[in-house]
Amino acid sequence: MKHLKLQAGPRGQRQSREKSVGLWCTEEFPSEMSEGRRVEEKILSQCRKHAYGQRDLFALKLALEEAISNAIRHGNKCTPGKNVRVKYRITRQRVDVMVEDEGHGFDPAVLPDPTADENLQRTCGRGVLLMRAYMNNVVFSPAGNSVTLTKFNESSSSSDTPLSTTTVAFG
Amino acid sequence: MQQDAARLKVTREGDIVQVEFTSRKILDEGNIAEIGDQLSVLVEAEHRPRLIISFAGVDHLSSAALGTLITINNKVKNRDGQLRLCNISPQIYEVFLITKLNTLFHIYPTVKEALESLRSGSQAGRLK
Repeated sequence: MKHLKLQAGPRGQRQSREKSVGLWCTEEFPSEMSEGRRVEEKILSQCRKHAYGQRDLFALKLALEEAISNAIRHGNKCTPGKNVRVKYRITRQRVDVMVEDEGHGFDPAVLPDPTADENLQRTCGRGVLLMRAYMNNVVFSPAGNSVTLTKFNESSSSSDTPLSTTTVAFG
Repeated sequence: MQQDAARLKVTREGDIVQVEFTSRKILDEGNIAEIGDQLSVLVEAEHRPRLIISFAGVDHLSSAALGTLITINNKVKNRDGQLRLCNISPQIYEVFLITKLNTLFHIYPTVKEALESLRSGSQAGRLK
């Protein structure tokens, strides 16, 4: 039996699938925070045009800043010759952003819990926690050098509610 | 007495130093290193610093900003001083809750309550 995942929304599968289609854009930039902020602002600006609310924008800014900063500082170790690649797609319903660096990657499963009493005094190590808290989905690549963030538009009207995923069985 | 640094507005009430940020984007990733340096200078100028940081008007912060605040808190403690945070918007306070840093920092709703806690030593009104 084959399973195919379709995106199903309140107006029916076909329309929702069409609406979920957005253009993927790619930005590649050197490991400089100013460049990271430029790309972050570009993405947020497009989200404003798609009527994302203040709460969504706060969440996106926070998560983007953490992901891009991690890529520059921890992934590329601020090496001038190494780039960060940001691939993103924005629709009225959702934003997907992939942030990739040229580092060796890391295993998010072995990160210490920053909320544990013994770690509260640590001055770093909260980025992944915040990304997971504020995004609807956070996926690290197996190599650990890229992360994909997904945020639904919580400000959409009821007819534009986030797409749900339906599994349809064939055969 | 009031003195204006580039990014901080500093006022004094007796031996208590109050700091406000001059821009709502002040705790963005790009500004935080400079802010940290300026706060460090303030702390290191005091024998037993009693410092209130107001977040009035601040609408964003990052984990780097949290790290800087922890560094400042440690510097204050190392000099046998006390740090209070106040005027934190609900949206930003949520970040403190998620990271459980509300248990590390002494956070009060307003400057008035933060001042009162430093003067009386009471923790009445402290946000948990």
